[in-house]
Amino acid sequence: MSSPIELQSDETFILNVGPQHPATHGVLRVKMEMNGEYIVEAETVIGYIHRMHEKMGELKTYPQYLMNLSRMDYLGALGYSHGHVLVVEKAAGIEVPERAEYIRAIMVELNRVASHLFWFGAFVMDLGGFSPLMYALQDREHILDMLEAVTGSRLTYCYFRYGGLYNDVDDQFIESARKFIPRMRKSLKKYHTLVTGNIIFRKRLEGVAPLSKETCRKYGASSAVARGSGINFDVRKNEPYSVYPEFDFDVPVYHGCDSLARYNVRMDEIEQSLRIIEQGLDKLPGGPIMPKKKPKIIKPPVGDYYQAVETARGSFGVRLVSDGGKTPYRLKLRSPTYSNMHLFDESCRGMLISDALAFMGSLDLVIPEIDR
Amino acid sequence: MICEKTKLALQTLFPKAAPTASDVTIDTDAREKDKKKKIEPRQNGLVERDYAIHGYHLDAQVAAGQIIEAVTILDEAEFFIEAITGVDWIKDNQLEVVYDFCRYDFDLCRVVIRTRLDRNAAEVPTITDIYAGANWHERETHEFFGIKFLGHPNLIPLLLPEDADFHPLLKDFKA
Repeated sequence: MSSPIELQSDETFILNVGPQHPATHGVLRVKMEMNGEYIVEAETVIGYIHRMHEKMGELKTYPQYLMNLSRMDYLGALGYSHGHVLVVEKAAGIEVPERAEYIRAIMVELNRVASHLFWFGAFVMDLGGFSPLMYALQDREHILDMLEAVTGSRLTYCYFRYGGLYNDVDDQFIESARKFIPRMRKSLKKYHTLVTGNIIFRKRLEGVAPLSKETCRKYGASSAVARGSGINFDVRKNEPYSVYPEFDFDVPVYHGCDSLARYNVRMDEIEQSLRIIEQGLDKLPGGPIMPKKKPKIIKPPVGDYYQAVETARGSFGVRLVSDGGKTPYRLKLRSPTYSNMHLFDESCRGMLISDALAFMGSLDLVIPEIDR
Repeated sequence: MICEKTKLALQTLFPKAAPTASDVTIDTDAREKDKKKKIEPRQNGLVERDYAIHGYHLDAQVAAGQIIEAVTILDEAEFFIEAITGVDWIKDNQLEVVYDFCRYDFDLCRVVIRTRLDRNAAEVPTITDIYAGANWHERETHEFFGIKFLGHPNLIPLLLPEDADFHPLLKDFKA
């Protein structure tokens, strides 16, 4: 039998977290230099599922590329499609009927709730609580059923078209969406009793992994990562697009700068999304879902266009450089988790490894979206 | 407000000083321009864009040596970094590096800084000393376009395999 390894107090060792590790929620690897349980230095290694969506963007025509966007972030896919169709519509000058914009907003918000629910379950599971995931998935299932009935798919939607939508919503969808809102509100209360007040949960998050405003700015963090650090920044409010100015909703901002603040922001965001869905269903105008006049072949005029949207994971930006051809000259996808993940290396120094994993969970990572 | 201030600050980069009409050209409607017009390499300078069409307010093209100066101006005005990327203008034999900036503010101002480099000697100073978050963006631009960021602490492939010696987003790249 070999004797256990004994380390000197100042001696460090290398620990590989991932690329296949349940806590990283995907194929992400973090090379950590450890001193006992404490992290001395960390280096995030990404790119394990890099698929070069940007090159595909240059090779495919505009309509052919529609389905690529939902392969980026499999939890909140509709938000990404929204950013893409908005930039192409802006560049090509395609008018979108009001009904289509309302349905888009409702769908994106439903998708956001689904994404936050999954994150909630997975995050609590990272911290050792298994049952909240089951409750969260049960609620998420309702959303996926509703989205499936309208869009035709449960995860990788290809629902938005340039100028409108693939399919109109029916009365059944509206009815089930209306039923879902009170149900979700009840569940939220349950989650708060079950998890938010739990003393073990709070002790693992409160005051852990502080992120200053300055760090957020230097790395370009967005979503709950920025809003948990007291930055009031939500693209839906700061840079209004689509029909979001028509809705009355709040942007939850917490000043704790810790993992708990990031948790609280996302939980409050679920309620705000429900408010938007509710108002969207009330205000939903009639009319067509596709414009009458639409170019058969989409050829945006020469120029450089940018559009940012708030997805479930933060500020997602699309830069489209067009040379007037059938395919984009250059399509840059600015993914929010990429920036959010980047600040992990610097911020986790000196942290306990268990706290670092909780921190990683609070960043809400979806790896295919980082790797693109 | 903040856009005006940033505009004035960025104008100091272009020594022709007085803000004449030729210095700040207002691009009112890009769609009215002749669609068949060839894209010509732009001269360095500051252009105010129509936000409703382009999605950003200020567009400054600077010389590669002025990048640090331009980014410092934005850092002092509390901009955050959105992304860095490249565009391959193979017909002009040039590579373009594009920097996107925005602010955590309701006074919206999106700024784009760009610089054109010679395609055969694409080198630009790193801005990681100013924005730590530029690290990954510069590594990505390096591997995709082969643009060298001078002074970057760790310029190795990020998304591509670690031994990758090709630059897939160049227009003459064949898989």
